[in-house]
Amino acid sequence: MKVLIVGEGRSVFFLGRTFLSEGYSVTVVDRDAEDCVRLARSLRVTVVHGDGSDPAVLEELQPHDCRAVLAVTPRDHDNLAVCQLARLKYRVSTTVALVNDPDNVPVFRRLGISAFSTIGVIASMIEQHAALDEVISLIPVGEGQVNISELLLRNDCGVLGRPLSELALPPDSLVAVILRDDRAIIPRGNTILQLLDRIVLITLPGNHGRVIRMFTGDDS
Amino acid sequence: MAGDRFVVIVGCGRLGSILANRLSLSGNYVVMIDNDEAAFSKLLPEYSGFTVQGDATELDVLRQAHVERADLLIAATREDNVNLMVAQVARVEFGVRRVIARVNEPMREDVYRILSIETVSPTSVAVDLFLRLAEEEDPR
Repeated sequence: MKVLIVGEGRSVFFLGRTFLSEGYSVTVVDRDAEDCVRLARSLRVTVVHGDGSDPAVLEELQPHDCRAVLAVTPRDHDNLAVCQLARLKYRVSTTVALVNDPDNVPVFRRLGISAFSTIGVIASMIEQHAALDEVISLIPVGEGQVNISELLLRNDCGVLGRPLSELALPPDSLVAVILRDDRAIIPRGNTILQLLDRIVLITLPGNHGRVIRMFTGDDS
Repeated sequence: MAGDRFVVIVGCGRLGSILANRLSLSGNYVVMIDNDEAAFSKLLPEYSGFTVQGDATELDVLRQAHVERADLLIAATREDNVNLMVAQVARVEFGVRRVIARVNEPMREDVYRILSIETVSPTSVAVDLFLRLAEEEDPR
């Protein structure tokens, strides 16, 4: 299966390498000549020197049989043009654009193009850390219907020293894993939480805040 | 064009600046957006509109120019992809009723047509004119 990547610099190299290792055949379009030489030497990808948003360049690459087209240049307008061209003219079903200005993420989506912003992702991670120091990571699953959070038990807020079955966890929530002394424990009803355990919680958005507060002891 | 319309022009190159001057002199309220402050020097002293320095592919810059109040937006930069993006954002995000984009590479007109964006291609227009003149008898 073919993947087409339009971009420049290091990100193209790493993306190309990732897709190669997953068995895709990769074509890279890069408008920087030096980048092209480097890529061609270091990866088994097809390298095309040119502007990926130029219809004449794209036409030659036969994008209609690509599994996906990724546009990751540092210019939002170029990424949008590449994805729209691939989608509207060549009917590529999966097109993904890197968005450099996070404000543009909803704009691209409204224009029918899947978009992601690395700045947005990093900022939301930092925000979560700042908001709640104990919460280490939070992954929304199923388009935000389920949250997976990892948190460190730093103080006893009534959850330590008692079997899990006695904790009266709200419905639709689960302590999925306990990480203790570098060991992973799948808890049962009689498992007892200890200070400095890391736990992985599964929650639904409706009770997420309540469950997190229960384990951090933060009432605010 | 008759006056008193709110017109936003993106790109203060030769084309954009002449457009802005003419539209302003005929009584329209004009806002010019360009990345490069120096480009505004092409606007005449009689130009009575406003200028906003910034990248028009950023929502914030379009907000500063009050694009939501525009009757017409003309995307006239040298870069087709910028024009394509600004034209769509103006229509979809800011609800601008009439949007016209300059297309420099005629091959790109396909995409604009699919997206039903009105375009002007100076290249195609010039080619047509040259061909028409070339076919005419030499008037001398």
